[in-house]
Amino acid sequence: MRVAYFPGCSLQGSAREFDESLRAVARRIGLDLIEVPDWNCCGASSGHAVDHLLSVALPARILGLAEKTGAQDLLVPCSACYNRLVTARQELREDQTLKAEVCELIEMELRLTVRVRNIVEVLKEAMEGKDFPAIETPFVHKVACYYGCLLVRPHKIVKFDRPEDPQVMDELMQAIGAEPVDWAFKVECCGAGMTLARTELVAKLCGRILDDAEARGAEVMIAACPMCHANLDMRRPDIEALAGRKFAIPIMYITQALGVALGIDASRLGLDRHMVPVVFKRAEQPGADEPRA
Amino acid sequence: MSRIGVFVCHCGENIGATVDCARVAEMSSELPGVVHSVDYKYMCSDPGQNLIKEAVKEKGLTGVVVAACSPRMHEPTFRRACAEAGLNPFLCEMANVREHCSWVHEKGEQTTQKAADLVRILVEKVKRNRPLRPIQVPVTKTALVLGGGIAGIQASLDIANAGQKVILVEKDPSIGGHMAQLSETFPTLDCSQCILTPRMVEVAQHPNITLLSYSELESLDGFIGNFKARIRKKARKVDEKLCTGCAVCTQKCPQKKIPSKFNAALGMRTAIFVPFPQAVPNKPVIDVENCRYFKTGKCAICQKLCPAKAIRYEQEDEIIEVDVGAVVCATGFDVKETDFFPEYGYGKYPDVITGLQFERLASASGPTLGEIRRPSDNKIPETIVFLACAGSRDRAKGIDYCSKICCMYTAKHAMLYRHKVHSGKAYVFYMDIRAGGKMYEEFVRRAIEEDGAVYVRGRVSQIYERDGKLIVKGADTLLGGEPIEIKADLVVLATAAVASTGAEELAQKLHISYDSYKFFSEAHPKLRPVETNTAGIFLAGACQAPKDIPESVAQASGAASKVCGLFSKDQLSREPLIAAVNRTAPPLFSTCTGCFLCESVCPYRAIERETISARDGKPIKTVARVNPGLCQGCGTCVSVCRVKAIDLDGFSNNQLYAEVKALA
Repeated sequence: MRVAYFPGCSLQGSAREFDESLRAVARRIGLDLIEVPDWNCCGASSGHAVDHLLSVALPARILGLAEKTGAQDLLVPCSACYNRLVTARQELREDQTLKAEVCELIEMELRLTVRVRNIVEVLKEAMEGKDFPAIETPFVHKVACYYGCLLVRPHKIVKFDRPEDPQVMDELMQAIGAEPVDWAFKVECCGAGMTLARTELVAKLCGRILDDAEARGAEVMIAACPMCHANLDMRRPDIEALAGRKFAIPIMYITQALGVALGIDASRLGLDRHMVPVVFKRAEQPGADEPRA
Repeated sequence: MSRIGVFVCHCGENIGATVDCARVAEMSSELPGVVHSVDYKYMCSDPGQNLIKEAVKEKGLTGVVVAACSPRMHEPTFRRACAEAGLNPFLCEMANVREHCSWVHEKGEQTTQKAADLVRILVEKVKRNRPLRPIQVPVTKTALVLGGGIAGIQASLDIANAGQKVILVEKDPSIGGHMAQLSETFPTLDCSQCILTPRMVEVAQHPNITLLSYSELESLDGFIGNFKARIRKKARKVDEKLCTGCAVCTQKCPQKKIPSKFNAALGMRTAIFVPFPQAVPNKPVIDVENCRYFKTGKCAICQKLCPAKAIRYEQEDEIIEVDVGAVVCATGFDVKETDFFPEYGYGKYPDVITGLQFERLASASGPTLGEIRRPSDNKIPETIVFLACAGSRDRAKGIDYCSKICCMYTAKHAMLYRHKVHSGKAYVFYMDIRAGGKMYEEFVRRAIEEDGAVYVRGRVSQIYERDGKLIVKGADTLLGGEPIEIKADLVVLATAAVASTGAEELAQKLHISYDSYKFFSEAHPKLRPVETNTAGIFLAGACQAPKDIPESVAQASGAASKVCGLFSKDQLSREPLIAAVNRTAPPLFSTCTGCFLCESVCPYRAIERETISARDGKPIKTVARVNPGLCQGCGTCVSVCRVKAIDLDGFSNNQLYAEVKALA
């Protein structure tokens, strides 16, 4: 299957391993990625707070370029980019005046036919296909699937999964042999774009997320957003300083976990690029913390 | 030669602000046949009606067109006025220049022109109207009451006490409805069962009431005064006449782990069961789906032990046909499921319960005998968080409307908990407190001020379990909007009240209208609150909208008085707007060729076959005939008749063609 691919800025910088593992997995499962030529930044965490027209025009240009690739779907792995692209697409479809204005600005015609897809739904669809390769090394770990806030919200616009208790990533993890834990913070905000402006806030929010994941017995957290990953992984010293305790739990991208299960070599999945080493040490499991239901 | 009068109403500003009524009257005065044309501010008022009456008398009008609101609203008013002036009421027509014109268009020349067009159409029609006489039909003086909750009970008792017969149909094994499930009632905290059960017994013993429990309406045909109802009496598998209610069967039944609907799934029941000890009738029912005998063919313990030999495994559903003159629909409401709020964890955490479940916990007849104990470990909760508006007034995820009863019952719950567990802490998250009603606001203040319930104005974003506690994350929007977290032992969701399951299907059986939430629609939101748009069918209680007990009872009594009013006459007048098959002189007798296409399309089975015979008794031809008692004037037969042998009085082909031609 041919899919247009918009990696976004993070996947070229702090989240290189997301890009690497995604490309490796795509090759293995027969997903033909066509990188959108001459793509630009989508504006993500700051654009929409500064200028509305800009916040629509930036993603619109990417959509326009993606249309030229001839693909039906545009894969956007970063949740923040995904959210911006889906939102801009919807706004443009509903507002013809805005569309005309934006088209003039980006000097492009827009048909808005290409569907914007996130990594979870693309992988889920691929796994349900009959050509999906066999799971070679089942990923037998207790995992806490972390969706973050932007992947499933606002539901009216992204229309993906249940906004407060999403399930798709959990189902995907089950399919590769993992055991998703039932935990409370799967859609909690990590502080995202505040990582530079208000580090202590990010540390507080992330600390709660990590604490709950560990308390439920998860060995590893599975993320699908480079922003979440950066905060939970890179900010670990800040988190630990604020919480006054250590957190051992590593954060893996969904593509890395899938790559491991498909038997792809660790070096091609960028597993060594994390700040918190990906080591599976079963966390202590206080039985009382297990939900009774 | 026609002498038509046109009366243009301003309806205050409703029409007058958009349509130039004086010009409409002026334009109408020039129409051929119009001899009188005036406009007036409120034509339906007494002086307005007098304008019509005087004109009819002085100008000798042969037809009247009132350009005003919808005929649904005031046609009877104006027809009555004409009749009082000596004009046959069916020579009065209404041009709807409000709903069809002024309310849907902007002010302007075109709008005024459209109003004038509407008048012109009706003038052409009314010229071809002929005087009609109302049809007299007998009234069957028996009321059918659907639903045996407090509304149905009240309506039945009121009608029965007025000396009329009632058939009360309840789908569950016992009457009592939701009220029987409640613990105490606001704002007086009197025990719900104590005030309800005597009424239930009265229903069972009343000589004028036939109680059909565990029964449902199959179909309803006919019209006001003359309905035919088919009722399915579901098989109890128990002979009600022999059963003494000794309860040996329910005690000995080996299937004991079935969630009890009456206890809102907090308690268990057996496969042969009586919903609750005070049930009326106090006769058990076998739940065939869960009964071991019906599943495996073995067991039959109840049959062996029954001292009255009343168990009837072979019993089948029975269809009962009854004639009734009026129907009171009192089918109540349901509590909305909460799976649209996964963040509140209902269904996942046993200690997140609904308001109805809390009622059962607080009820002396409930699974904990009135002690507040949480479902998971039977411990007495130290902290309870109550969430008002769990689904109500929530356009994003729930329903748009206010469920009305939740503010009050939540205050009651907090109060009951504090009365029973003195050391307990009760928190209530709310949006607004809506306590309109006699002694209602005072009741809520009492919960806060005397019983120490802590009211937090704000919404809850999430509930999750951690270390055996339910963590309730919310915001206090009054004190700086700070996020707050409360560690609770039990959470009670005041879930929305929604239309009862099957409401839509029932409305279609009854031919009554319902709103987008599937609550049944009253004929007029202010002035006809207990009637439906279908004559002879009335509404009582929460099937119309969420209501508390006093309101349900008041509406039930209102419906009952409407039924008694209907039954106070022996005959009813019906509008004569019905179809007729023409009759002509011999040798044709009728242009009807006897194809009987009309018979196959008539939804009311009003077409009969009539054989026309010669004097010697020899049949000449068989033609269609319309039964005037059954015909509802829908006109379907007219449209399929190939030889135009059928016509509809009041809406004849001739009249309708004239209306269309008037537009050309």
